[in-house]
Amino acid sequence: MKINHYAFPQFSLRFIPIWRRHYMVWKKMAGPSIMGHLADPVIYMLGLGYGLGGMLPQIGGMSYIAFLSAGTVCYSTMNSASFEALYSGFARMHEQRTWEAILNTPTTLDDIVLSEIFWAASKSLLSGVAVLMVIWALGMSHSPLSLWIIPLSLLVGLCFAAMGLIVTALAPGYEFFMYYFTLVITPMTLLCGVFFPVDQLPAMLQTVSAMLPLTHAVNLARPLLNNAVPVNILADIAVLAGYSLAGYYVSLVLFRKRLAQ
Amino acid sequence: MNSVIVAEKLVKQYAGQRVVDGISLNIVRGECFGLLGPNGAGKTTTLRLLLGLISPDGGKIELLNHVIPGQAREARQRIGVVPQMDNLDPDFTVAENLMVYGRYFGMTDAAIRARLPELLEFANLTHKADAKVPTLSGGMKRRLTLARALVNDPDVIFLDEPTTGLDPQARHLIWQRLRELTARGKTLVLTTHFMDEAERLCHRLAVMDNGRIISSGSPRELIAENIEPEVVEVFGEHAAAWAQSHAAHHVQRFEISGESVFCYVNEAHPLLLELQQHPELRYVHRPANLEDVFLKLTGREMRE
Repeated sequence: MKINHYAFPQFSLRFIPIWRRHYMVWKKMAGPSIMGHLADPVIYMLGLGYGLGGMLPQIGGMSYIAFLSAGTVCYSTMNSASFEALYSGFARMHEQRTWEAILNTPTTLDDIVLSEIFWAASKSLLSGVAVLMVIWALGMSHSPLSLWIIPLSLLVGLCFAAMGLIVTALAPGYEFFMYYFTLVITPMTLLCGVFFPVDQLPAMLQTVSAMLPLTHAVNLARPLLNNAVPVNILADIAVLAGYSLAGYYVSLVLFRKRLAQ
Repeated sequence: MNSVIVAEKLVKQYAGQRVVDGISLNIVRGECFGLLGPNGAGKTTTLRLLLGLISPDGGKIELLNHVIPGQAREARQRIGVVPQMDNLDPDFTVAENLMVYGRYFGMTDAAIRARLPELLEFANLTHKADAKVPTLSGGMKRRLTLARALVNDPDVIFLDEPTTGLDPQARHLIWQRLRELTARGKTLVLTTHFMDEAERLCHRLAVMDNGRIISSGSPRELIAENIEPEVVEVFGEHAAAWAQSHAAHHVQRFEISGESVFCYVNEAHPLLLELQQHPELRYVHRPANLEDVFLKLTGREMRE
């Protein structure tokens, strides 16, 4: 019998012990990790929000810093999952041979890839919650709906973890990740309404923007922080979930092929 | 049935090259089975096929009555693996490595914790339970890898070059532990290119080259079937010249390798008398061993 690389992912709860392994490693260096997740986005948010915001009019009825806070939640969750799925995922697959060790037990690559996605998404959740707490602490949002930012962070994390793992599966080495960050993540940050409204962009770029997952994350986060119900909830969630599922399947197929060598 | 692993006519090819080319194996419970061969012979690929990590291009595999690769997950529940390259978790301590690994088998923390003292003692690592992996010596890491492979109390243990890179003391300790495992009824499948390792540990061996099994049997059978019982190694700068002019009169078969001449004989006495006539030659007389068989079967040229 042949192994079919294109077979549909086989779901099993065996991914949980692998997730626990990642969590155990993370716990040993939780301090610097939390610091890193929090400091960078918050510095940007406050610096740009107060600095640039002072010169700007209100955007859609909210101050610039309030506008920016929703973007910051989304792009910091995107970054957390992306870095974890690319750099740390690659280290576990390639450098430390952690996957190889795990594959000799009754787990499969399907479990490992799922554990990587959920682990990277867990770090996004942490980032999202951390930024949300700063937003609350500074009184930038009083919205009860802002609690929905927590599950949203997880969903954004799943989406970018799954997409990032495709890049990890194709990477010959760490240098390769520069392409993804420069050609995908950075443009996404600028095209998806993090720092300014998408309608400021030329029509063609707005079309591109509508296809990018971060746009849909921002579409959900911004009203939620402003105590409003997002307009296209189902469509936005569907795009994020679609990228997550497609990313899981495509990365799994690529990993199966790569590790069969 | 007593068979633990049955493989029939396995074929695996990469880029059109047959890395494994028609291998059949029948490994029975409680034996230590060795796959012997030069680098690139296909030993590791064969192990990966047996474990269901890659799928064969031809042939059939049964491992503990599970069809591989289809039921590999079920089979691996009862399997332990010591890989060739170290893949311990560098962020964890010795004990944490065992804990985390046991969970992959679905074991509860309590069940793993109950096994820890025995595993640590088996690996001579009781005093290192809380040491981080990067602080361990090469021998300790190997022993920890072996203990990790035993966390689920497996029936079959696969070992890919278990003592490569270890010093003699560390190797002897590993050998002792592997013999203890066979004494307990575990089945071992190991690859090696150390003949002394194969001779000491393995009940049966298969010599592989170019993806095929070229000879198999117990170490003694392999020697008896493939080679003359006695070897006289003659060396020194005059050895080659002597061999070319005289050796054929006294020796069934000889090979010149650099400044050494390997003479394979059924009865060494006449040759030893001849050598005593040549005080410029030094020699060693010894029984034939597995290395002689190996070199005869796979040749003396370098594999790179």
